[in-house]
Amino acid sequence: MLSAAVWLTLKLALTTTLILMVTGIPLAWKLSTMRSRLRPVIEALVGLPLVLPPTVLGFYLLLAFSPNNPPGQLWLSITGSTLAFSFSGLVVASVLYSLPFVVQPLQRSFEQLDHGLLEAAAMLGARRLDRFMTIVLPNTQRALLLAACMGFAHTVGEFGVVLMIGGNIPGETQVLSIALFDAVETQQFATAHTIAGGLLAFAMALLVVLYSIDRRGNQR
Amino acid sequence: MQSKALRIVLCGLALLTTMLSPIANAANLRLAVAANFKPVIDELAKEFEQQHDSKVLVSSASSGTLYNQISNGAPFDLFLSADAERPARLEQDDLIVPGSREPYAYGRLVLWSTSDSPLSLKTLEEYKGRLAIANPALAPYGLAAQQTLEKMHLWQGYQGRLIQGANIQQTWQFVVSGNVSLGLVAKSQVMDQPESHLLEIPEDYYAPIRQELVLLKRSKQPLAKIFRDFLLSDTSQAYIANHGYRPAK
Repeated sequence: MLSAAVWLTLKLALTTTLILMVTGIPLAWKLSTMRSRLRPVIEALVGLPLVLPPTVLGFYLLLAFSPNNPPGQLWLSITGSTLAFSFSGLVVASVLYSLPFVVQPLQRSFEQLDHGLLEAAAMLGARRLDRFMTIVLPNTQRALLLAACMGFAHTVGEFGVVLMIGGNIPGETQVLSIALFDAVETQQFATAHTIAGGLLAFAMALLVVLYSIDRRGNQR
Repeated sequence: MQSKALRIVLCGLALLTTMLSPIANAANLRLAVAANFKPVIDELAKEFEQQHDSKVLVSSASSGTLYNQISNGAPFDLFLSADAERPARLEQDDLIVPGSREPYAYGRLVLWSTSDSPLSLKTLEEYKGRLAIANPALAPYGLAAQQTLEKMHLWQGYQGRLIQGANIQQTWQFVVSGNVSLGLVAKSQVMDQPESHLLEIPEDYYAPIRQELVLLKRSKQPLAKIFRDFLLSDTSQAYIANHGYRPAK
């Protein structure tokens, strides 16, 4: 049972991180170069999960996923199954939930980039995508790694949202945080210690890695 | 400068807490109540407050959570569990007033659907979709649901289609939000639903959901025993029976 939860958690965190990197990079770049008055509004929307209780997000998602409402209806008509209590539903929720953890470090790093370099490349005839791939990405490697790690770690730790929309199905929606909750509620403290200790060690190890990368970057 | 401001804020907070705590500790009765019984206890507590000129503070959570809190010294006077197992364990832990363990209500399980097609036990046999139940490992209503399905030889067939709420409240919420169309929930939760949407599960399909109360040893509140007698009185028991439970007496 535990190994299924570990595997599911990893699968969820990996899928979410991949989607977030693919969508978060262009979004962060767009935000970093945006001059519109809409920018604070979009930034607020992206940052919302940072301040919003996860249960609020879970509650709205539960309503949105319901076949009684348009988003849930649409999903049901396309896939033939409901979005709540499915792995896909967890992915949708996690992407929303972990979005700021990926976009914000990326945006900060993009803003600090030396834009003179980009102008020079443009004058030499490099196209937009080319400039992005050869100048922006290589110069923001640390931020990319940081963003991916934060998105991953945050998805691993997700609890409130999964509890609200997950339905606790082993192998499908029962992630580690839910298994931990189960174990504590049923006074299986040995299992609880294993899960909690494992998650603690994981978080600590991840932060040590992140901070040591940060140190190396600063010394350079 | 900054730390000075911080210190002032902290002092203010400390002052506020000391000012507020005596009020919170006055002639108050602190109840720990299993979430399924919260709506009933709220009404009964109002009645009790009027009769005894006191304040009843109700903390509700799952029985497992409340058990953990009590084991770790939470300041409750009376614990109303959704099962008999947690009170028995508290008795073993020597945390309750000896002899105070007693049933106050029996839960009843119903099959509930939001669709208009008539319900029968056959519905459970022929249904192909997902079924909402409470987690059998956490919630007595979940265990009753499992026993019902096992009795009907459907447990295996429902594997992978069971949507488990952490408690019976969440199970109810899964159905009411429209995400699952059929669920096994507590009768007390769906009293206001049209009868065509409900089917009471025969009570010999599952072991009685015996909800027990205990007086907690650490409590020095004399009202606790009075509240227990009030809850077991004929009037209260009749009220409980009208809200989807079988009375304890």
